[in-house]
Amino acid sequence: MTLYLKDVTKRFGKTTAVDHLSLEIPEKEMFGFLGGNGAGKTTTFRMILGLLDITEGEITWDGESIGYSKSHLIGYLPEERGLYPKLKVSEQLVYLGKLHGMTRRQVLQDLSYWLDRFKVPEYKDKKVEELSKGNQQKIQFISAVIHKPKLLILDEPFSGLDPVNVELLKEAVVDLKESGTSIVFSSHRMEHVEELCEHLCILQKGKQVVQGSLREIKQAYGKKNVVIHADFPLAFLQQHAGVVQYKQLMDGCALKIDREEVAKHIYSELAGKGFVRKFELEEPSLNDIFIEKVGASYE
Amino acid sequence: MNKFWTIASHTFLTKAKSKTFIITTAITLAMILLVGNIQSIINAFSDNGKDKVAVIDQSQSYYPMLKDSMAKNDDIELVPFKESIEKAKEAVKDDKYDALLELRTNEAKLPAATFYANNIASSSIQEHLQEKIQEIKTAIATNQAGLDQETVQKIYAPVEFDKVALDKSAKTEEELNQARGIVYIMLFILYMAVMLYGQIIATDVATEKSSRVMEIIISSVSPITHMFAKISGIAALGLSQIILIVLAGYAMVTMKKSELVGGVFEFFGIQHASVKIFIYAIVFFLLGFLLYATLAAMLGSLVSRVEEAGQMVMPMTLLIVAAFMIAMFGIGMPDSKFVTVCSFIPFFSPMVMFLRIGMLDVAFWQVAVSLVILIVTIVVMAIIGAKVYRGGVLMYGRSNAWKGIRKAIQLTKNE
Repeated sequence: MTLYLKDVTKRFGKTTAVDHLSLEIPEKEMFGFLGGNGAGKTTTFRMILGLLDITEGEITWDGESIGYSKSHLIGYLPEERGLYPKLKVSEQLVYLGKLHGMTRRQVLQDLSYWLDRFKVPEYKDKKVEELSKGNQQKIQFISAVIHKPKLLILDEPFSGLDPVNVELLKEAVVDLKESGTSIVFSSHRMEHVEELCEHLCILQKGKQVVQGSLREIKQAYGKKNVVIHADFPLAFLQQHAGVVQYKQLMDGCALKIDREEVAKHIYSELAGKGFVRKFELEEPSLNDIFIEKVGASYE
Repeated sequence: MNKFWTIASHTFLTKAKSKTFIITTAITLAMILLVGNIQSIINAFSDNGKDKVAVIDQSQSYYPMLKDSMAKNDDIELVPFKESIEKAKEAVKDDKYDALLELRTNEAKLPAATFYANNIASSSIQEHLQEKIQEIKTAIATNQAGLDQETVQKIYAPVEFDKVALDKSAKTEEELNQARGIVYIMLFILYMAVMLYGQIIATDVATEKSSRVMEIIISSVSPITHMFAKISGIAALGLSQIILIVLAGYAMVTMKKSELVGGVFEFFGIQHASVKIFIYAIVFFLLGFLLYATLAAMLGSLVSRVEEAGQMVMPMTLLIVAAFMIAMFGIGMPDSKFVTVCSFIPFFSPMVMFLRIGMLDVAFWQVAVSLVILIVTIVVMAIIGAKVYRGGVLMYGRSNAWKGIRKAIQLTKNE
């Protein structure tokens, strides 16, 4: 049940929201969608769900396009959260669950499980408008997963939650993945994507700038960080070949180098100069990659 | 189909359980009860006894005549007053009598009267007395002129004026009266239903949209199914409310039949109306409602906030008001060209064609053509509506009907 996007383009009048996007989202994986505001993430999700027509290209899941006949296999947490403010949590979920082909009893059973899991069993008979925003979000999340979808699309699932609740939700997402759900999610928070996803893509103004598995992306990026703590001045490293960026720290420096080889050279050069307390070669963070790929165009 | 029922029944149940619905239905039923019993209620409040009217007869001859003609009246009791007029006025002021009537003969030797009461706002006693004195005057005047009673009755008897339609299939006077009643009722119910439930549909769609729950809903069910399920749910709600009200009204009328004979009931002539016209009424009502409801749902999908829904349904309101006005005008002259033309125009035809069917003998092909045009329009509206709906529910921002429709359709287009 791999989800393929082939050359998908969406134009609204003259603006191109998504530009020739091609992706492969493997089954039972978590796929991260990164992008600045207005990069086309939500539009892409809406196209995957069939809410918007595709201008060009094709989206297939398990070899077929996604229609309403499959909606019971798909869960969706939209970016703009929305529930019926006047309905009780249980009524709400029974209704949404029924639309996903569940029976009332199934919904109520699973709802208790989820409410317990999120440590809010007392909300079952409360009206949604009485809940705090973060708690509404938990309910919304439950509504997206209660029918045990095969494909789960989460648009900014962790925004607006406190760290404790982020952990609760993250665990739930990981469990769903373990139990065989393919998950596509978007986020502004690099660390979440880095922590959860094997594959990801970075969108910028509708175009994909980076795509692939996390490791490949990092390797392809090439640049690495070196952190050195030493008892002697390190400023001379600024002139060293292959050093792209130099940042002075309290007791040393942080370097950005354009390939791993450079680290070796620096290491041998430091030897004999004095005592080195720390020499560390770090993988680049997704944050670095994102800022360079996306941020470049802002400048 | 399953999802359709889920949405329709959800819409129906949440609305039917809502306080607003229960309260409005209860108030309407109470109103019907009130109106049905209005006579008894008025009676209960008016002081049980008769209105006592003191009479001073200066002419010495009119009082017995008046007494005779008032004999059947249970509400007014005449009491001869023997003392001076001043004393009588005092007595009225002291509430010993409700009013004072002074009868006298004027220069033309005809009866004249002055009516005294603490206030002359309550007109029923005055009118009664005036009417009776008028009769006496007429009798005396004609008598003075040498006419006998029989001649007088002949003069006052209504002229014989029979209406005969030469076209054999044209409706008789009696049939027309019956039809007019049903036409009136159908027009009012359709008008009310569109105004009320059209608004509810638009608001409901706008609510789902503004609470952003719409995006989840339409990710699991197609907007077209959602739209029609919503319309059906609210139509079912509306119909059950209407049926409830009509039943209550019918029960009231049946119970109070004796009181109402010759009144409203007969005017509307429901008792004898033909089955055919009832079927047409239902068909045109349902189709008309469906057309307007589709329009309402489409308009509702274009607003971002609930508060804008009322404003957005303006075009729908204007159409139904126009249809209603044309129909009201058409009842007076159902065979005019204008009415005939309007009976084929989709947004007017549910009311206007039905009125023509009721009042005239319309050829079946005309009805069929009108129905076909109406159904085609509904289908076209549904297609456009569904398109607009699909784009509209994802569209937020300031809304304007025409721009909104264009933008919404563009949103669903494949370039």
